[in-house]
Amino acid sequence: MAGFLQQVVVGLGAGAIYASLALALVLIYQFTGIVNFAQGELAMFSTYIAWQCVAAGLPFWLALVITLVVSFAGGMLIERVIIRPVEGAPELTLVIVTVGLFVFVNAAAGWIWTFLIKDFPNPFPDGALSAAGVSVSFSTLGVLAVVALVMGLLYVLFQYTRIGLGMRAVASNPESARLVGIRVGRTLALGWGLAATVGAVSGVLVAPLLFLEPNMMGGVLIYAFAAATLGGFDSPLGAVVGGLIVGVAETLAGAYVDVIGSDLKVGVPLAIILGVLLFRPQGLFGRAVVERS
Amino acid sequence: MSSAITSVKTSVKTLAATVPAARWRWLAVAALLAAACYAPFQLAPFHVFQLTMVLVYAVALLGLDLLVGHAGQISLGHGAFFAVGAYATAIMLDRLALPYPLTLPLAAGTAFVLGLAFGVPAVRLRGLYLALVTLAVAIFLGPLLKRFEAVTGGSMGLTLAKPQPPAWSGLAEDQWLYLLTLVVAVAAFLVAGSLLRSRAGRALHAVRDDEVAAEVMGVRLSSYKTLAFAWSAMFAGVAGCLYTWVIGFVSPDSFTVNLSITLLAGLVVGGLGSMSGPVLGALFVMFVPGIAQDINDAAPGVIFGLLIIAVMYVAPTGLAGLAGRLVKKVPRKE
Repeated sequence: MAGFLQQVVVGLGAGAIYASLALALVLIYQFTGIVNFAQGELAMFSTYIAWQCVAAGLPFWLALVITLVVSFAGGMLIERVIIRPVEGAPELTLVIVTVGLFVFVNAAAGWIWTFLIKDFPNPFPDGALSAAGVSVSFSTLGVLAVVALVMGLLYVLFQYTRIGLGMRAVASNPESARLVGIRVGRTLALGWGLAATVGAVSGVLVAPLLFLEPNMMGGVLIYAFAAATLGGFDSPLGAVVGGLIVGVAETLAGAYVDVIGSDLKVGVPLAIILGVLLFRPQGLFGRAVVERS
Repeated sequence: MSSAITSVKTSVKTLAATVPAARWRWLAVAALLAAACYAPFQLAPFHVFQLTMVLVYAVALLGLDLLVGHAGQISLGHGAFFAVGAYATAIMLDRLALPYPLTLPLAAGTAFVLGLAFGVPAVRLRGLYLALVTLAVAIFLGPLLKRFEAVTGGSMGLTLAKPQPPAWSGLAEDQWLYLLTLVVAVAAFLVAGSLLRSRAGRALHAVRDDEVAAEVMGVRLSSYKTLAFAWSAMFAGVAGCLYTWVIGFVSPDSFTVNLSITLLAGLVVGGLGSMSGPVLGALFVMFVPGIAQDINDAAPGVIFGLLIIAVMYVAPTGLAGLAGRLVKKVPRKE
């Protein structure tokens, strides 16, 4: 039993990371209807910025703040420069453009920082809490706490601020939002900036566990997609819950299902994506979209 | 000097006026084919190999174009079907010791059936979700191939003997492989061309342009989308089979997600929805990374990424579309 609980804890730790990237995906989808295939790569790029700051001798937390600010600005810039021209284009175009961004950002990071792996400092102390035979490392606790904090901050932003109200209005109906005087374009850019910031957090959380290299987020992205699909692409809460479920499911499947083992774990998000899309396309928390053709 | 140019211009104009546009196209294709047949006897073996790979990619891109350019569905995992064709061929050659010519239709059939099986759930997915699922499939394939080591050779892959030229032909190995690939590629383009000109091709275009209108006109969406997947997978499978013939080696690392993304990038740059797009895209996929790699290891990615975005902004029909526009512009200016 303790072994099982231990696996669940490990799964939750992994799931929290998937959740944070899924949160970034969902933020962008809500505002622009785009699934951003480059989200993971943007997070990776942000992590490199943090690494560069730390390597330059800045303390970790200051580096983090700088990274978040730069990521926010970068996200807005990308929306303005790259996404704005294809706004409202067919899905095929949007997917291709974000895939192009994926390829570009990945290679750009490789160009600037080379493809050699780099050590990334772990902001959380070593060691673990133990109770009833289950040990939870501080690093897992830290990741869970950070994701909860991000979720809480977003909730406050959306529910209790003027900007958040405007963002919700744009997400639910851009045209009406524009009619009541909300700067829709600016809000969309804000959404991308916010998503890039949340993504940066997930990158910084992942980097100490994996190694920092340009392809670091490739493996995480597919789990984040599964999390967002499971939770519903238009529900931030769903993204977090979905992330945790995906993390636990993946860990348990890897540990207890012999056929899957550790090497076929990446089949779990595929199975989840397919299952959800076929049986409940809107996800657990999403709204079913009724379409009139 | 200027009078010479004018006379050339007028002669071109009169030529252009006397020969209808359709015949020009046939002339161009014939000239290209003649050059393609002549090339292996003039080039160094390495360049012949490169041209062979261009043909292999062209067939794969042709398949992807059927799905993306003609049926309007997205696939970020076409490398997986390519891999299925390649592995099916390798396994038939290695484990079953089948003769080469048999592996081609069997590999195509395997990919077709898998594409059909995959197309059934894919029909219910649209746009983004289809992109997600195909991407997940491409990611999952590598670990899957490594797992079934007994059949696939695991991460070591399978090494095979390449088809040898018959003694009477007097051809070198690279020339023989090139000509085999050329024959298959030409056949693939003919098949795809006639498919697109048929009732089925028109149905695919209707689905791409407006699903509702297509359905109203009696096009059964689900069956045509599934078929588009199956055909597209079949061409990718044929390309994979050619790949195994030419390279003589398959391993999971040859068919990563990068392959799928490179294929899509090549197709977008070459041009969606045209017959010359896949060929131009294949040339691009084959030669641009090599040239760019001299600048920096990451340069091919940077160029690919920027070009994909740029093409979607300024020339959604890619290089093929640009070429077409130039050709059209010349007589109009006169």
